[in-house]
Amino acid sequence: MLIGVLALQGAFREHQYILDKCGVSTRQIRKPSELDGIDALVIPGGESTTISKLINSFNLMKPIKDLANQGMPIFGTCAGLIMLAKHIRNSQQETIALIDIEVERNAYGRQVDSFETDLDIPVLGEEPYRAIFIRAPYITEVSKGVNVLARCVNKIVCVSQGRFLVTAFHPELTNDLRMHRYFIENIVK
Amino acid sequence: MAEAVTEKGTWTVKKGLAEMLKGGVIMDVTTPEQAKIAEDAGACAVMALERVPADIRAAGGVARMADPAIIMRIMDAVTIPVMAKARIGHFVEAQILEALGVDYIDESEVLTPADDQYHIEKNAFKVPFVCGARNLGEALRRIAEGAAMIRTKGEPGTGNVVEAVRHMRMVMGEIRRVQNLPKEELISAAKNIGAPYELLLDVANNGKLPVVNFAAGGIATPADAALMMQLGCDGIFVGSGIFKSKDPQARAKAIVAATTHYNDAKILAEISRDLGEAMPGLEISTIIPEQRMQDRGW
Repeated sequence: MLIGVLALQGAFREHQYILDKCGVSTRQIRKPSELDGIDALVIPGGESTTISKLINSFNLMKPIKDLANQGMPIFGTCAGLIMLAKHIRNSQQETIALIDIEVERNAYGRQVDSFETDLDIPVLGEEPYRAIFIRAPYITEVSKGVNVLARCVNKIVCVSQGRFLVTAFHPELTNDLRMHRYFIENIVK
Repeated sequence: MAEAVTEKGTWTVKKGLAEMLKGGVIMDVTTPEQAKIAEDAGACAVMALERVPADIRAAGGVARMADPAIIMRIMDAVTIPVMAKARIGHFVEAQILEALGVDYIDESEVLTPADDQYHIEKNAFKVPFVCGARNLGEALRRIAEGAAMIRTKGEPGTGNVVEAVRHMRMVMGEIRRVQNLPKEELISAAKNIGAPYELLLDVANNGKLPVVNFAAGGIATPADAALMMQLGCDGIFVGSGIFKSKDPQARAKAIVAATTHYNDAKILAEISRDLGEAMPGLEISTIIPEQRMQDRGW
């Protein structure tokens, strides 16, 4: 199995590190030709405005969307969640638009309001999941067909729809492999 | 389920924002209009200032924290993170910046130091700090005080990358060296470079700084940004290099692209074309020692 990690900006090396610990090979993706032959894609945390501009200027938008429509699984964290959402509240920011959700950016406030907390994520088992939220978004609306996997103080922060998985927090900043394993075992395979 | 306990301002959260800025470009801006240009070009954050370093250098006198009104207007203009500078040791400027809600504080040698012996005790703040360093000892002293991100000092406002290169090579070389030291030599190495032993041990074990390390101070072209990335930094600060150039929009966009595609000379050749004139450069030997900003910090 080979998982591509979008390496335009952000915490892509951390995703590679965790995927490596899960026994999966990875490849950094910066241009369309590098998408050839990957089994799934991870869109990391970073600055969503920056990632969105770079996806456009290096012509990655359409090839990623085409592959997704042909069934390629995608896992997006934080900025990756924003990039996969169909709607962003109060913003014209262009996204890949694959999941039927509405997202609010920087929903918890600025950096001084960034936080970590223990989340209950039933699909990962009983043990709480230490989730790190950094200038994080949350999901304000979900359509039918979207599975809500976790909430944080009543806000939706983790969902899946078909072959797409997104989190508002950063599994790549923890040593907990369960979220990546869930993606590999239950969505990619 | 019990209501979740949320912890703010933790080390993980402070360090985490710097992790999210990696592979990106942080640009100095002095107006909301410049901040918009930076955001549209793909900057991953902006540094809100009253003057860019080249102008601070030209003006002389005492350089202080920017007027909060300027910082707030910039915070309102963009959705990307906004950083601001406090003087070395001026913890009240830092308290004010934290109260304004800036996302990162740069305790910066670009401003005139407020304390000639001590830096800010940064662990006491919820907002994260970035600090400049010329070598490993300086970087680890700042991290011990609570800096969650490090950058090279370079020589700000010169458009001359040589000092940033020197500082990045110095830090990287020292990291490689301590990795090869037998354990009994580490404590003495820590003493010699003035670094806390536990942090030096961490560097020896992991082969990298415990926080993100950006390049700053003299970066003026896409090639400069790619050079620093190839030397092993995690991202780029551009101070005067953008808004002191002929065509800030084009240059900002090109430096962002160069920071992503730093290893691809074909793309670098493409994006380096037709950018107009870069900022005027300054030869380091023409700066009298008292005016070298990199020597500020202890």
